[in-house]
Amino acid sequence: MNERIARLREKSFSTHPSISIERAVLETDFYREEYGKHSLPVLRALCFKYLCTHKTIYIGDDELIVGERGPEPKAVSTFPELTCHSAEDLQILNDRPMTNYRVAPEDIETYKEKVIPYWQGRSMRERIFNNLPDEWRNAYEAGLFTEFMEQRAPGHTALDGLIYENGLLDLKTRIHERIARLDFTHDPEASDRGEQLQAMAISCDAAIIFAERHAELAEKMAAEESDAKRKDELLTIAHVCRRVPAHAPQTFHEAIQMYWFVHLGTITELNGWDAMSPGHLDQHLQPFYERELTAGTIDRDKAKELLSCLWIKVNNHTAPPKVGVTAKESGTYNDFTQINLGGLRTDGTDGSSEVSYIALEVADELHLLQPQPSVHVSNKTPDRFLKAAAKVIRKGYGYPSVFNTDGVIMEQVRVGKSFEDAREGGTSGCIETGAFGKEAYILTGYLNVPKVLEITLNNGVDPLTGKMVGIETGDPRNFTNYDELYSAFTRQLEYVVNLKIRVNNYIERMYARYSPAPFLSVVIRDCIEKGKDYYDGGPRYNTNYIQCCGIGTVTDSLSAIRTHVFESGKVTMEKLLGALANNFADNEPLRLRLWNKTPFFGNDDERADSIMQRVYQDLFAAIDGKPNTKGTVYHLNMLSTTCHVYFGKMMGASANGRLAHLPISDGTSPSQGADRNGPTAVIKSLSRMDQVKSGGTLLNQRFLPSVLQSEQDLDKLCGLVRTYFALGGHHIQFNVVDTLTLKKAQEQPDDYRNLLVRVAGYSDYFIDLDRDHQAEIISRTEQELG
Amino acid sequence: MRQSNPLLFAIKRYALHDGPNIRTTVFFKGCPLSCFWCHNPEGIRAETEVVTISDRCIGCRECIHGCPKDALTVDRQGLHRDLERCTTCLECVEICPALAHEAVGYYSGIDEVMREIEKDLAFYDKSGGGVTFSGGEPLQQAEHLLELLKRCGELGIHRAVDTSGLAPTATLLDVARHTEMFLYDLKHMDSHSHQGYTGVPNELILANLQALAQSGAAFRIRIPLLAGINDSDENIAATARFAMGLAGLSGIDILPYHHFASAKYTKLKTGYRGERNHCPTKEDISRVRKILEQFGHQVTIGG
Repeated sequence: MNERIARLREKSFSTHPSISIERAVLETDFYREEYGKHSLPVLRALCFKYLCTHKTIYIGDDELIVGERGPEPKAVSTFPELTCHSAEDLQILNDRPMTNYRVAPEDIETYKEKVIPYWQGRSMRERIFNNLPDEWRNAYEAGLFTEFMEQRAPGHTALDGLIYENGLLDLKTRIHERIARLDFTHDPEASDRGEQLQAMAISCDAAIIFAERHAELAEKMAAEESDAKRKDELLTIAHVCRRVPAHAPQTFHEAIQMYWFVHLGTITELNGWDAMSPGHLDQHLQPFYERELTAGTIDRDKAKELLSCLWIKVNNHTAPPKVGVTAKESGTYNDFTQINLGGLRTDGTDGSSEVSYIALEVADELHLLQPQPSVHVSNKTPDRFLKAAAKVIRKGYGYPSVFNTDGVIMEQVRVGKSFEDAREGGTSGCIETGAFGKEAYILTGYLNVPKVLEITLNNGVDPLTGKMVGIETGDPRNFTNYDELYSAFTRQLEYVVNLKIRVNNYIERMYARYSPAPFLSVVIRDCIEKGKDYYDGGPRYNTNYIQCCGIGTVTDSLSAIRTHVFESGKVTMEKLLGALANNFADNEPLRLRLWNKTPFFGNDDERADSIMQRVYQDLFAAIDGKPNTKGTVYHLNMLSTTCHVYFGKMMGASANGRLAHLPISDGTSPSQGADRNGPTAVIKSLSRMDQVKSGGTLLNQRFLPSVLQSEQDLDKLCGLVRTYFALGGHHIQFNVVDTLTLKKAQEQPDDYRNLLVRVAGYSDYFIDLDRDHQAEIISRTEQELG
Repeated sequence: MRQSNPLLFAIKRYALHDGPNIRTTVFFKGCPLSCFWCHNPEGIRAETEVVTISDRCIGCRECIHGCPKDALTVDRQGLHRDLERCTTCLECVEICPALAHEAVGYYSGIDEVMREIEKDLAFYDKSGGGVTFSGGEPLQQAEHLLELLKRCGELGIHRAVDTSGLAPTATLLDVARHTEMFLYDLKHMDSHSHQGYTGVPNELILANLQALAQSGAAFRIRIPLLAGINDSDENIAATARFAMGLAGLSGIDILPYHHFASAKYTKLKTGYRGERNHCPTKEDISRVRKILEQFGHQVTIGG
C-alpha cells in the first residue's frame, strides 16, 4: 500500500465510532414541516432529497473517492423513523464496554428536546410492537426466534451491473417513460404506481444534488489548495462528481465513485440490514480497467489505489447501533458489505480477472473490518485464483470466505430464477443467496431450533420461565418411542414457524406502506417497470428467508435421546428431564455419557446424519413455499451469524450434554467439540444436507497457522474446498489462529487490536467481541491436521 | 476369528503428512523395531492394550462396579488396573462416560477397513490423494496388507506404504506389485548403531531397499532426524551416497524429531527414552539438507 492509502487506512482504523444526530435532526425538521402533505413514497423521497441537500459534505485529506453518510468518517447516523433511541439508549451506547459509540452529551440533550418528542409513538418499532399478539410476544421473549425488521429495514441487498451502464438521468428518463404509459382507466393501481414513480424520480435528483455538492466543495478546496498535486486531485474529484451518478461512468475512477454514491444513497435513505453490497465488483470494474489500461490512462498501481480508497470508505461506515434483543444477538460494528470475487459471468464463462487479483491484494494489505471479500469457486474457476485466495486465508483475517458458485446458481434456479440472473447473483450479508440487482431477499429473523425441542420436552412450556410458549404436544414421559417424540417436535415447529410468518407478513406490509425506499427501488430491476417499491414486490424476484439455527445441537440432542432413552433404555425420560432441569448438577456421569457416547453430527456417521436430514427436511417443509405478502414465498436459510450465542443463553441444558446458557451450534457447523473425526468427516456429514434447497448454509472450520505454511498445504486446503463443493456445499470459511494467541488477546487486548477472527459469516476484531463470543471462538474445534 | 483380521491402532482421515495430497492413513499395530524415539509407541506391541487416562476420570466408579474380572481398584492415587486379572475385554472402555479408559488396538475386518477408506474417496479424487498404510510395521501383517492393497487397487485409489523395510524380501516385492509409492525409513547407516537405537541391524533393510529399487518401485526415503544420534555429517553423507544409485527415488524427506510423543508414553505407562536435546535445531536441519542436496537429492522437511 502506498503512503496515501496508509494514511487513509490509519485514520479509518483509529477513528472510534460515534453517533451523529445530524440525520435525525434534519429528518425531524423535515417531517414536522412536510408530513401529511404528500403521499408516503413522495414524502420519503423528498425527505431523502432534504437530507442530500442539507447534510454536511465531507472531503478528507488524501481522499480520491469521496462521500460519507455522516459528517465525518465513522460518524453513524440514527434512523428515528424506524427506532427512536431514548436518551438512556444513547447513554448506554456511549458507556457500554463493548461496541460502544461516542455520543456527545449535548447531542443527547438535542435528542431529548427535538427528536424524541416528535418520534415517540410514531417510530416503526413502536407501531409494530403495539400491535403484536401475545402468543408472538411470549415466543419472542422466550428466545424461540428473533425479528429482523423491528428496528432496521429489510436489506442484504446487492447490485448488478445496471449502474455501470446507466446514469441516474438515464434511469430517470426510464421512470418518466413509465409514468407516461400509466393506464389510469384500466389499472386500478395506476395512481399508486404514479406516486411511487414520482418518488423514484425525486430520489434520482436527490442523489445527483448530493454529488454536485461534493463537486462544489472540491472546487472550493482546490481554489484554496497550495499543493499543486492535491489541487489537481481535487479538480479530478470535482469532475468525477459532476459526471456520476448523473451519467454512466466512463473511467475506472468514475465507476468506483458511481458505486459509492449509490451505496451512500441507499444507506442514507434507510438503514437496511447489511448496508449495501456491490455484488460482483471485479466483473463490473474489469471493462473499465482494461479499456483504460489499453488507452494508457491507468496502470495497475493506480487501479489498486482507487480500489483501496473504496475499501476504506466502506470501512468508515460502522453499523447503526441496535437496541433490545437485536443488540443482544447482533452486537457488532460490522455492517456487512460483502464483495464477490470470481464466480461466473452471465454467459457462463469464468468471472475472475486481473481486477479479482488486485482486489485480493487490497483485502490482504489493508485487512480492514469491512468490506469482506468472498471468493466464488465454480468448476471453471482456475486453481491459481483459489490458491491466491488461500494465501490471504492463511493470514488469519477470517476472510475471504469461500462459496460454491455452481451450488449458489442451482439454489436460485430451483426457485425459478433464470440462469443468467442466477449467475449474476451470488451471496451477500454473510452467506445469503440472491439475484444481485434484481431481488429483495429478506432475512426475517433467526429460528431457535434446539429451543423448539426444549419446549417439546416440556409440553409447550419454556422451562426457564414456566410460561406456555408453544402448544401442548403431550408429556414426553408418556412417549413410548422416538417417533412419538419426533412428531411432537414437528408439531411445535410448525406452530412456531407459522407464528413467526404471521407477524412477519404484518411487518412486511408496514414497511411497504409506511417506509418505502424509492432510491433503492431505482437501482433494482423491474421496480420502475412495475411502478412498485422495493419493499412492495417491485423487484423481479422476492424472497423471504427464515434462518434456522442450531441444526448441530438439535440433531445431537435428538440422537442422544434416541440412543439412550429409546434404544438402549439405560436412561429413563424422567431421569433425563430431571437432569436437564437442574443443569446436570448432580449427574455429571450422565452428562458425559450423553456427550461422549452418542453418535453426533459432523462425524460422517449416518446414525446422526440421518437425524439431521430428517430435521432439515422438516424445517424445509415448515418454511419453504409459505406465502409472503408479495405474491411469492418463504425459503429456508441456515445462517446463525452470532445469534447462536443469544439463543444458547435463552436455553437450559440440552440432551447432547450441553450445559445451560452455552451457545448452540453455529450455522450448519457441528456442535462445538462434537466433530472428532477431522474436516473430511465434517464435510461428508454436511454433504448429506440437501443444501440446494436452502438459501445458504454456513460451515466454520478453524485451522492453526502451522498447517498452512507450504505450497502443498495450500493445495490440500484447495482440495478440501473443491471436494466440499463437488459434494454440494454452499460455503466454507476458515479461522486461522491458535488458541494461545486468542487467550493472550483476551488478557492483553491492546496488543491484539488488529486480530481479526471469523465469527460467523463475517470477521470481527476479536477484542471487540464480548467474553461469551470470545470463549465460543476459543472452544470451536481445532482441526488437528497432523 | 479375531486373529484372522488385521490388528490396527488407528485409521486417520485427512492425514496430511503421510504422502501426497489428502490421504487416509491406516496404522497397523505391531513392529519388529523398537526405536527409542518412536512417535507411535502404541503401534509397537502386536496385541490389544487398554490404557487409562487418569486426568479424564471423574471418580464415578462405574468401571469398578462394571468390570467382570474385578481388575480395577481406586485409591487416592487414582485408578489401578490389575494386569493379572485384566483380560482386555474392554468392558471398562464401554462403560466409562468420560472416555478415561481407551482401547489401544483393535481387530477390524477387511470390509470394515475398506468402508473407512472409501469414506474419503471424493477427497482422493479431487486432490490426487489416496491411502497410506503405516504402523507399526504394515509388512508384519503382509497378508492383510496385500488384501487391502488389492481392494484399493480395484477402486483406483492411490496406495502408499510407509515401512521400516524390515521384512522378508519376497514379501516386500510382493507388496510392491500393488503399491504406487513407498515411504521408506532409513534410520542409521551404521548397522551397529542401528541395532543400538532400534534393536535390529540394518543389513536386511538396506538390501531390501536395493531390491525394491531394482524392481522398479517408486519411493521416497525418510530420515527421522535426531540430534546426536544420526545427524552427523558422515552418517548423512553415507545415507545420501547409498541413495544415489537407486532408481525410483523421488526424494528424501527429513522428519525432524520432536518431543510431542512423550504424553503417549505416559499414557502407555512405558518409559520414554527420547530427550529434548535430541530435537535438531534449525541449523542442524539446514546443514543436513545441504549435504543431501550436494548429492543431487530432492529434499523436503516434514512429510
